[in-house]
Amino acid sequence: MNCINKNAPRILKISKIVNEGLGQKSIFFNETIDSKPGQFIMVYLPGVDEKPMAISYKTRKEFAFTSQAVGKFTKAIEKLKPGDKLGIRGPYGKGFSLKKNACVIAGGVGMSSVSTLIDKLKNPLIIYGARSKNHLIYLKRYKKNNLEIATDDGSSGFKGFNTVLLEKALKEKKIKQVYTCGPEVMMEKVFNICKKNKVECEASLERYMSCGFGVCGKCMVDDQIVCVDGPVFTSKQLLKMPEFGNSARLKSGRKVSLQEYHATPT
Amino acid sequence: MLKTSICGVKLKNPTVLASGILGVTKPSLDRMGREGAGAVTMKSLCHEERSGNNNPTMFNEGEVFLNAVGLPGQGMDSALKDFKRLDDLSVPVIGSIYGYTLKQFGQVTKKIASLNPAMIEVNISCPNIHYGENYDNSPSLAAKVTKICKKNAGKIPVSIKLSPNVYDIKVMAKAVEKAGADAITAINTLTGMSIDADTRKPILKAKTGGISGPALKPVAIKCVYEIYKTVKIPIIGTGGITTGKDAIEMVMAGATLVGVGTACYYRGPSVFKKICKEMETWMKKNKIKNLREIRGIAHK
Ligand SMILES: Cc1cc2nc3c(=O)[nH]c(=O)nc-3n(C[C@H](O)[C@H](O)[C@H](O)COP(=O)(O)O)c2cc1C
Repeated sequence: MNCINKNAPRILKISKIVNEGLGQKSIFFNETIDSKPGQFIMVYLPGVDEKPMAISYKTRKEFAFTSQAVGKFTKAIEKLKPGDKLGIRGPYGKGFSLKKNACVIAGGVGMSSVSTLIDKLKNPLIIYGARSKNHLIYLKRYKKNNLEIATDDGSSGFKGFNTVLLEKALKEKKIKQVYTCGPEVMMEKVFNICKKNKVECEASLERYMSCGFGVCGKCMVDDQIVCVDGPVFTSKQLLKMPEFGNSARLKSGRKVSLQEYHATPT
Repeated sequence: MLKTSICGVKLKNPTVLASGILGVTKPSLDRMGREGAGAVTMKSLCHEERSGNNNPTMFNEGEVFLNAVGLPGQGMDSALKDFKRLDDLSVPVIGSIYGYTLKQFGQVTKKIASLNPAMIEVNISCPNIHYGENYDNSPSLAAKVTKICKKNAGKIPVSIKLSPNVYDIKVMAKAVEKAGADAITAINTLTGMSIDADTRKPILKAKTGGISGPALKPVAIKCVYEIYKTVKIPIIGTGGITTGKDAIEMVMAGATLVGVGTACYYRGPSVFKKICKEMETWMKKNKIKNLREIRGIAHK
């Protein structure tokens, strides 16, 4: 058997940092990465931690991930400057399919997990929800796209849940495939709306990960290994995953509600 | 062709999911059974909830896989509710436990026994935590652990998991056999460390870790060979087994069952089916009808 695998952090210099919105930054590297939309990388900040991040930009010359400062790790990422070094390994996981007549519905930073998908799709409808106008990212990037916005406070676009816009779009437009990433409660709603309307849906899940390559077993959702079987799952798979929208495992492996999972620092 | 039994437990094939690889939840154990494992071992649990180490906790370079997860686990009391029972999966389940004190070893053994696993594996050999005592390289302490676990396990067979990080593994094997162990699992990971020249730091957050994967195979083969020579109880030979041929070689060294862990990374979760198919192909070609014919044959 040939075992020339290498899955150790590759130390790269940050080439550029773009402020995207409130506490949200895109960290760029002048390197190529062989990845598909929906795949993720493990980002290693020496001395601090290593976490999964979606690849949010990808061109022939560079790639980036977008991080929102919430915990200890992402707050340390926020302080980095161009020239600082990070370790990158991956890409990992299975990505999105690329279907026609698609609608991409994102919530909050979930947008960074579907951005390279949007770049690849042919004129998809984008429905994007966030807390307020200041939390919206990539607005310039998508100014030529078919973009509908919803905010909780009504400071931009529709005031209310982005799923209301999805229900409307599914009735009025010819949509055959929905892609989603965002808070899991939102994705569960999207999944249910798609089921009701008999439209295929793919969702990108987030769980605590140690390895990213199917060893540590902490990212299990029912019998699915999120880092290798996912992170993108189809409606057909989600139907057999009762833990989707309900529970997740802490770093210790203990099963808790999604609410407790998100409230627990790692 | 591959049917095997150990301590009265019947298996459809000799491959066993090793402890700590994917066996954190019940659905994942069940899945690995469906992926073809003859039996599955749970991730080791102790008396308390532990988060383990921060990342990086593992990485791979070529044939070396280095980890220092630091035994995270939900704790036995939480696990009793989470797993409910261990005798209702499609394959036998081996419950893996440890404690810091002898008393805790006994207590967690009693609790895991209440879930009715097919076997109990006692992990005295993780190189990435401080147990409080050197159970892994003291024959007398290992014997004490064996006795207290046996006492609390009831009728369930107990296997003691040994470390390669010892001067003479034969002495350890003899000590646990004498203390009443029903089987021996060998081996846990070998201590190691890796430094990244660019960051000038150890890669693992915990600095040192344990080596598994193909690089560990010769160490494991040697340990199993020596243990087989020393004791009569059966051995779950574990360490670097990645292909059917590796598994056959492990049986030739003297193993009754073959533990497979890191190979789930190298070849994906379907590795068990692949290894079994490769074993059968080899056996057919060499006119071997039952693994008994080649067990320990390297000693002749
Ligand atoms: C990520 C990881 C976690 C492990 N966790 C445990 C554990 O909880 N309990 C245990 O007894 N052994 C644990 N081990 C050791 C394995 O069960 C096995 O003994 C060792 O990895 C050698 O086998 P392999 O090369 O097939 O992986 C772990 C190994 C790895 C790689």
